[in-house]
Amino acid sequence: MRYAIPLVLFIGLVAFLAIGLGRDPHEVPSPLINKAAPPFQLSQLHQPDKKFGAEEMRGKVWLLNVWASWCVSCREEHPLLVELSRTHAVPIYGLNWKDKREDAITWLSDLGNPYVLSVSDLDGRIAIDYGVYGAPETYLIDKTGVIRFKQIGPLSPEVLQKTILPMAKELMSK
Amino acid sequence: MISVCVCTLVCAQVARSPAEEELDNRVRDLSQQLRCLVCQNETLADSQADLASDLKRQIREQMKAGKSDKEILAFLTERYGDFVLYRPPVKRTTYLLWFGPFILLGGGLFALFRYIKSRREQIHEQPLSSEEHRRALELLNADSGKESA
Repeated sequence: MRYAIPLVLFIGLVAFLAIGLGRDPHEVPSPLINKAAPPFQLSQLHQPDKKFGAEEMRGKVWLLNVWASWCVSCREEHPLLVELSRTHAVPIYGLNWKDKREDAITWLSDLGNPYVLSVSDLDGRIAIDYGVYGAPETYLIDKTGVIRFKQIGPLSPEVLQKTILPMAKELMSK
Repeated sequence: MISVCVCTLVCAQVARSPAEEELDNRVRDLSQQLRCLVCQNETLADSQADLASDLKRQIREQMKAGKSDKEILAFLTERYGDFVLYRPPVKRTTYLLWFGPFILLGGGLFALFRYIKSRREQIHEQPLSSEEHRRALELLNADSGKESA
């Protein structure tokens, strides 16, 4: 009995620390989940004289992927996006974040272009609206323009198969 | 001549308009209360990260546009969550964070008082019996006798 209370406290402390260690401190829960995707009007990467805005995607379920040619993890993620775009399961749009236009275009022609189109966020203003703090980040946006899911860091086949695709399917059927 | 030139150059740089300087101070004060999301243990003011300078630029612009500090903080938490604030707001999910230490303190004080009380109850006055009294005196006398010897 004498040791019971300290033992329980100790086990409790260990449990809290174990949970804390298992979590990724870089994954900050986004306050934008279940909120309307911030509107934007940005120049398209391949056709800078043409604009594109999130509003045009009303009625569709789509992915917005934040990427840049200077971003190492984006390169890691890229083959998965290319693969996904081949299945036509969900359209992927790119937000090219603080990148040089030429670099971005070269990057896509070298590695393949999974995006229906990309827009250039040259000064990073729209990325701030989306609460981006590290590329790549991916948003799943529903037909009414509400953000349903956000992946921080590169997508993994697991997240894609277990979370994003089932969610997208369900949102499409609504 | 050269030194005069250098001085005027330096002075011209230092002497910014007071309004600009005040704005700089405001940006610095506010960004010291904010966390840089890239290098989480640094304030926005200290951080050299690209995103941090973008955010500071936005803060500056919004201040210039006449927004209050409160409005700017709201702008940032809407996008990045309460995590950007070094001083988390008091709300239901942070009650434990804010009041937990006081609960622990209260619990500790309660345990301490109980312990002291139980100790006090354990201590009873036990007067010496006449036999013990006699022995004690004997010992004391023997002691003082030794000293004087």
